[in-house]
Amino acid sequence: MMRSYEPASNAQLPPPTERIPVVRWLRQNLFSSWFNAILTLASAALIVTLVYGLGRWAIVEARWEVIPANLKLLVVGTYPIDQLWRVWATLYAIGLLSGFSGGLHGGLIRRIALVGAIAAIVLAILPFPLATRGWLLGAAASVGGGFGLGRLAQFATGGRSRRWIKRIEIAVWILSFPIGLVLLNGVGGPLPVIKARNQWGFLLNLLGAVVGIGLSLPLGVLLALGRRSKLPAIRLVCTAYIELIRGVPLISLLFMASIMLQLLLPDNIRPDLVIRAMITITIFSSAYMAENVRGGLQAIPKGQYEAAYAVGLNGALTTILIILPQALRAVIPAIVGQFIALFKDTTLFGFIAILELLNISRSVLSNLEWRGTIFELYVFIGVVFWILCYSMSAISRRIEKRLGVGER
Amino acid sequence: MRKRAGSPRSIAFWRDVRVLRVVSQVLFLIGIAAAIWWLMNNLTTNLDRSGLNIGFQFLRDTAGFPISEGIAYEPTDVNGYAYLVGVVNTIRVAVIGIVLATIIGTVVGIARLSGNWLVRKLATLYVETVRNIPLLVQLFFWYFAVMLTALPLVKSAIRLPGSIYLSRRGLYMPWPTPTESFGTWGWFILGGFVLAIGAYLFRKAQLKRADRPGFPLLWGAGALLIVVIAGWFLTPGSPLALDIPVLKKFNFEGGMWLSTSFSALVIGLATYTGAFIAEIVRAGIQAVGKGQNEAAKALGLKRGLVLRLVVLPQALRVIIPPLTSQYLNLTKNSSLAILIGYYDLLNVGTTIFNQTGRAVEMILLIMGSYLSMSLLTSLLMNWYNRRIKLVER
Repeated sequence: MMRSYEPASNAQLPPPTERIPVVRWLRQNLFSSWFNAILTLASAALIVTLVYGLGRWAIVEARWEVIPANLKLLVVGTYPIDQLWRVWATLYAIGLLSGFSGGLHGGLIRRIALVGAIAAIVLAILPFPLATRGWLLGAAASVGGGFGLGRLAQFATGGRSRRWIKRIEIAVWILSFPIGLVLLNGVGGPLPVIKARNQWGFLLNLLGAVVGIGLSLPLGVLLALGRRSKLPAIRLVCTAYIELIRGVPLISLLFMASIMLQLLLPDNIRPDLVIRAMITITIFSSAYMAENVRGGLQAIPKGQYEAAYAVGLNGALTTILIILPQALRAVIPAIVGQFIALFKDTTLFGFIAILELLNISRSVLSNLEWRGTIFELYVFIGVVFWILCYSMSAISRRIEKRLGVGER
Repeated sequence: MRKRAGSPRSIAFWRDVRVLRVVSQVLFLIGIAAAIWWLMNNLTTNLDRSGLNIGFQFLRDTAGFPISEGIAYEPTDVNGYAYLVGVVNTIRVAVIGIVLATIIGTVVGIARLSGNWLVRKLATLYVETVRNIPLLVQLFFWYFAVMLTALPLVKSAIRLPGSIYLSRRGLYMPWPTPTESFGTWGWFILGGFVLAIGAYLFRKAQLKRADRPGFPLLWGAGALLIVVIAGWFLTPGSPLALDIPVLKKFNFEGGMWLSTSFSALVIGLATYTGAFIAEIVRAGIQAVGKGQNEAAKALGLKRGLVLRLVVLPQALRVIIPPLTSQYLNLTKNSSLAILIGYYDLLNVGTTIFNQTGRAVEMILLIMGSYLSMSLLTSLLMNWYNRRIKLVER
């Protein structure tokens, strides 16, 4: 293809792209010097060994049937089978909501919803029991339905009075949090309370991270404001709390929750293991959240405060209407990062005898039929966490770019 | 009218900012104090009921449980000493882990910016894989899957060159042990150090006078090496004897033993934290302006010198603060040792708690230990950070 670049013929023409021949690319990128050549050969040898060894194991030796055979146990633990529809219902509600938000806003949210639906379809292709595959297709359909509703809402309002729709949307998202918990846990009557909450497998990892972030966000905001307060007593207490919690490992806090909570509370209050774990992870996470939020608060230029005072807002209103919206918007990537860290930390729940994914996998291993499948199980767990964490960090990177946090 | 507006009396006290400040702080403190009082009250009630009282006397009682690794310890020693063994074990893992993680992180971080496409991709693969899998899953993988399942039994241990044996019992390797003539050689080592410092200072001053870069540390190391090696030959007999592990009936004897849980913990912590450090190093190097690089090249410095004299010293200022928090994370994460059976301070602490039932004291002790270690690390790193800080005009 020939392109002519006559002066001022078309200012919009892209710069010419250089087409590099393969040989030159190889020379530039892999064999530019003798040292580079050695590095290339060494890396190639490493890759070949890894791929060959892993590939051979994964295809020939691994007994992957352990995963589908125990999938229900790993994902939802001892959740009763006749009540499983509640887990699916929660998932459908989330799918519907994210589809709706995607249809309403488009852009990144739409892409996330789309990826979720595709993931459900891909999972449905895998050789799970037929009922599971049906449920999974339903989940994809719920995202699609939500998307249609969202588009409809957008068209119906003509893009003008969308404010109240957005308000409803946010309210429903926030409400879905306690409703989902109630649905999963049960209240009696048609929704019997599920026993043995501490044996829910992977569901507990997800719940731990969601509850931890959901509760630690408001707490963290308060702590961050307290740490920046002009009142010395409040500042001191908040700083001490934050530094104390950040100075000790989560597992020592879990240890404390498992043995000391019953000493610190009166006789008639005896929270069960899962509640204790959730309280602990909230306490732990709020200290880190406070530091994230503080970072956002510090990034707000002084002029914003001065302008707000000049308009006549008082301190509280300035914080709520002017400062926090900007500060929280700037720390969304950091919050996503913390969500990932918290999600990974939920594997420590096993320390206080909670059967989350990692701990419940050990009960599979103690089953004689599945002896020696330790590699398969750990690789499976690793892959599950990897996919979720990696996609979340990819989302976070996109948000960061969109917000232009690094460029301001 | 004007008088009233100007006088402070005109503001009602419940709208006076100065009064409100004091009142809100007092109320806040009263709330906190009430909460603490309530908790303490519950605590004393609960402790009274079970007939316990708070006190650290139990630390002088005999521990009675074995600790398989660490400094010399017998089950007949006291609880306090057992705890100290745990603290030393934690410090041992943390220090070795920090050193290894820093090496891995620096190498991988530089590799991620390499001009070599394959090396760059390989480094990215490592970082993205390790960072997105929970540390505990990795530790379990190393310990239960690799160390306890994939490795052979003691009888058929893998023999690596140099009499190093790898099996489910851990790693056995030859270790030098001092003989009678070690004392004489010790003096040579001491003298070598004195001479090394002298050589280092001399060369440094010389280089400064000549105003050019060089390796004064190399001079010091060279002086030390020459004296120590000369001492080795001058000392009658061999000052160190190699203690080689030998397979006896049930296990290896002699040599240095690294337990499987220790090895798994160190490998897991170093590779996990190394991936995070790699990102920090990469970001630090990228934060140094491109112009710096180009200016250094324009002056005629070689690639290695550009990195060592221009880029890294500036990158270090960006790297140190996040690096500090990674070191702290590694130290705190070493508490996962308890889940793979390594006797760190938390593991020993919980064992003492199980034996004595002293919840409050042990919690205080454990939290205090971690807090002081965190404080110590950040003090050290802050001192280093101040030292390398940009000296502004």
